[in-house]
Amino acid sequence: MSNVSVDSNDSSVNDNQTQDNPRRRFLTVATSVVGAAGVVGVAVPFIGSWSPSEKAKAAGADVEIDISKVEPGQLIRVIWRSKPVWVVRRTPELLASLSQHEEQLKDPNSEVEQQPAFAQNPYRSLKEEYLILVGICTHLGCSPQHLTDGAFEQYAEGVSEGFFCPCHGSKFDMAGRVFESVPAPSNLQVPPYFFVDDNTVIIGSLGEGEAV
Amino acid sequence: MKQLIIVLGFFYSGLVLAAGGAGVPLDKANNDLTDKGSLQSGAMLFNNYCLGCHNMQYQRYERSFKDLDIPNDIGQQYLQFTGEKVSDHIKSAIPAENAAVWFGAPPPDLTLVARVRGADWLYTYLRTFYKDDSKTFGVNNKVFPSVGMPHVLQELQGMPSETTEQRMIDGEMQDVYVGIKTDGTGTMNEEEYDNAVRDLVNYLVYVGEPNRLNLEKTGKWVIAFIFVLFIFVYLLKKEYWRDVH
Amino acid sequence: MFKNLLDWIEYRIPMMRVANMHAIQYPAPKNMNFWYIFGFLATIVLVNQIVTGIWLTMNFVPTAEGAFASVEYIMRDVPYGDILRYMHSTGASAFFIVVYLHMFRGMMYGSYQKPRELLWLFGMFIYLALMAEAFMGYVLPWGQMSYWGAQVIVSLFSAIPVIGPDLVEWIQGDYVISGATLNRFFALHVIALPLVIVILVFLHIVALHEVGSNNPDGVEVKRKKGSLSEDQKTKFEMHEYYTNKYDIIDDVVPFFPHIVLKDLVAFCVFLALFSWVMFFNPAMGGYFLEAPNFEVANPLKTPEHIFPVWYFTPFYAILKAVPDKLGGVIMMFAAIIALFLLPWIDRGKVKSWRYRCGFHRWNLLIFAVVFIFLGYLGGTPQENWKITASQIATFMYFGFFVLLFIYSKNEKTKPVPERITK
Repeated sequence: MSNVSVDSNDSSVNDNQTQDNPRRRFLTVATSVVGAAGVVGVAVPFIGSWSPSEKAKAAGADVEIDISKVEPGQLIRVIWRSKPVWVVRRTPELLASLSQHEEQLKDPNSEVEQQPAFAQNPYRSLKEEYLILVGICTHLGCSPQHLTDGAFEQYAEGVSEGFFCPCHGSKFDMAGRVFESVPAPSNLQVPPYFFVDDNTVIIGSLGEGEAV
Repeated sequence: MKQLIIVLGFFYSGLVLAAGGAGVPLDKANNDLTDKGSLQSGAMLFNNYCLGCHNMQYQRYERSFKDLDIPNDIGQQYLQFTGEKVSDHIKSAIPAENAAVWFGAPPPDLTLVARVRGADWLYTYLRTFYKDDSKTFGVNNKVFPSVGMPHVLQELQGMPSETTEQRMIDGEMQDVYVGIKTDGTGTMNEEEYDNAVRDLVNYLVYVGEPNRLNLEKTGKWVIAFIFVLFIFVYLLKKEYWRDVH
Repeated sequence: MFKNLLDWIEYRIPMMRVANMHAIQYPAPKNMNFWYIFGFLATIVLVNQIVTGIWLTMNFVPTAEGAFASVEYIMRDVPYGDILRYMHSTGASAFFIVVYLHMFRGMMYGSYQKPRELLWLFGMFIYLALMAEAFMGYVLPWGQMSYWGAQVIVSLFSAIPVIGPDLVEWIQGDYVISGATLNRFFALHVIALPLVIVILVFLHIVALHEVGSNNPDGVEVKRKKGSLSEDQKTKFEMHEYYTNKYDIIDDVVPFFPHIVLKDLVAFCVFLALFSWVMFFNPAMGGYFLEAPNFEVANPLKTPEHIFPVWYFTPFYAILKAVPDKLGGVIMMFAAIIALFLLPWIDRGKVKSWRYRCGFHRWNLLIFAVVFIFLGYLGGTPQENWKITASQIATFMYFGFFVLLFIYSKNEKTKPVPERITK
């Protein structure tokens, strides 16, 4: 409130001039500084209240998924923090095909940080068989389609299965890796997750001893 | 159904009106929000004895655990009975419609009861149930006459009854209410019971405004800051007004 | 660089000229005392209400099913939500405290008299809008007092002959106070009325700066052009808007920095009191936040005692004092209209009570006491003696205006000084 600077508009008589009076100048600066600190303090609750509330945090808590019913080749969608998360059980043939189109990819070795450390491998997963991805295109946030059985071939030569974003045509393979010359800048994000047992996976947290 | 609600509503309003008429002086609760042990035992009492019928639907388990220094896993084990998540709101297992039928009115939500009634009222209320066979639940209450609620803490207090004394009033000997006495069948003696109720009330006061202590802590800093600002502004004002005669 | 930018803007919009004219080189009497801080404080509170109000709407749910729970959501789950809500609820009462003191100041020093009649009227319209704003805001948390308070206040309109009952249904949008009522009150509370209040405050300030500030002596500081010698004129540089039209006497100080600094000192004290209430005592013993309002609205059960919030209780007491429905409503509105007409009821020529007759001082002081007493009567449970008491107090409330009208015509006043006294 008080941090209004005293400048030439200070319409006072001679001995009122700030520059001639060190005490006045000191007090003006000191009051302005304290006042500015007050303004910052007042701003705290207003800025802070935009952070996720307890309700949002509760809704964004870890999700437990039962994967025992997922057939080989099937994709299931779950919601984590109001975002789609895909769980794909990849067939051995599909896993074998992943290394055959690496020259078409932007970041085949997942060097950009889009995954927890455990997923920085050619399969981008903790267990090879299960691909777990946040199903949001890294371009502008649409959710890509899962194209199977050769339907993806029209977008990428020799790749029969992948993800295609209908909004702006970005393409990803079955490890969530982005193809060259599409608008999406990076691979699809792998959320933090861990396996409690063979049939249960928790999305949202890392297992013990895992690094981000 | 709608008619039923209206009928129950009138029944309930009758109870509340009756509650206003009682003239028993309230005992001081003297609860202490900084006493974590008391709050924890209050939470324990609430979840064991009150949560059966009453909701605390605006408060989350997690919030109580955090503020009362109860680790989530311990809380989940000892204070949550129906397998909710810690982030869930504290809700009774009984659907409100059933409870309304059993008790004549839906048991009120207790999240804010301490802000509506005050700590002293609650403290006195929970200690002034007495045996009255004319009532549905076999008990009546001094500060809330004809209350439609059983004495759920009876296993702690024992069966209480009114005690009266002969006193001379307006030239006549009359029976005057002087307090509650239990038959000693409860698991607690009188002092233990008073303390247990104090803990419970303390917890209800806490839940009514869970951020109370933090607000006061912030408030002290804010007022201290304003004092500093005041000194500077005052000196600056003096300085500028020095030349005005 | 910065100077160039300012010049660029100034060439296109009169930013510095307006700031100079209204916030810096505005001539303010140097003897403006304690009583002159409340306009500034009211402005601060208005800003507080608008900003915290905007933030509260971000999480509030304006439906009968969701309102109460959303307020508790704000209090418990939203980060800093309780601080924002208490700033807003404390601000509502603080607003009326400063506005009542501001109005009383105007009555003490005759700030409503010629040429400030319109200024006073704008102020009264602000007060009226503020009452509507506060009433509708109190309905929003959808607690027991919200509901039953709305019930009582809206029912006042049913006293109007012929159209009354239909009017009430129209206001409620239902046969009872309901979600529809809550929804329209929300719209009015967050958009329509704040807009009206801001516009009225703007007009209030423009009108003030046109006629100039009054002061405890009631002596005008702007004199006819050419009536003052050079050494009688102020040595401070005032805006030419004022100096071209008038000679300004040497009893003024510029608004900035002198008045601003003085107001800021008061502001710090006010802020400390405000913070104390907000952080330590937000319910203020049930006066700022009434206890029954912590219980969700229940259309089947009226709280034991229902009162409006403290700032309405004087008028509520007048309403209750009259043993006739329509008569009570008329008297209540008449009590407010009387204040509107004050510039014409008071026929005196001397402004400040310092130089008016002793009877006037007593009349005004008793009026203040009666007003507070009415507030007490309207805000405490009904008892038999209070009926007679509130009738007497109502009589005395209106008596103030009647007496003022009579004695102000040929009042024996003290001589008013030429210049402002210290």
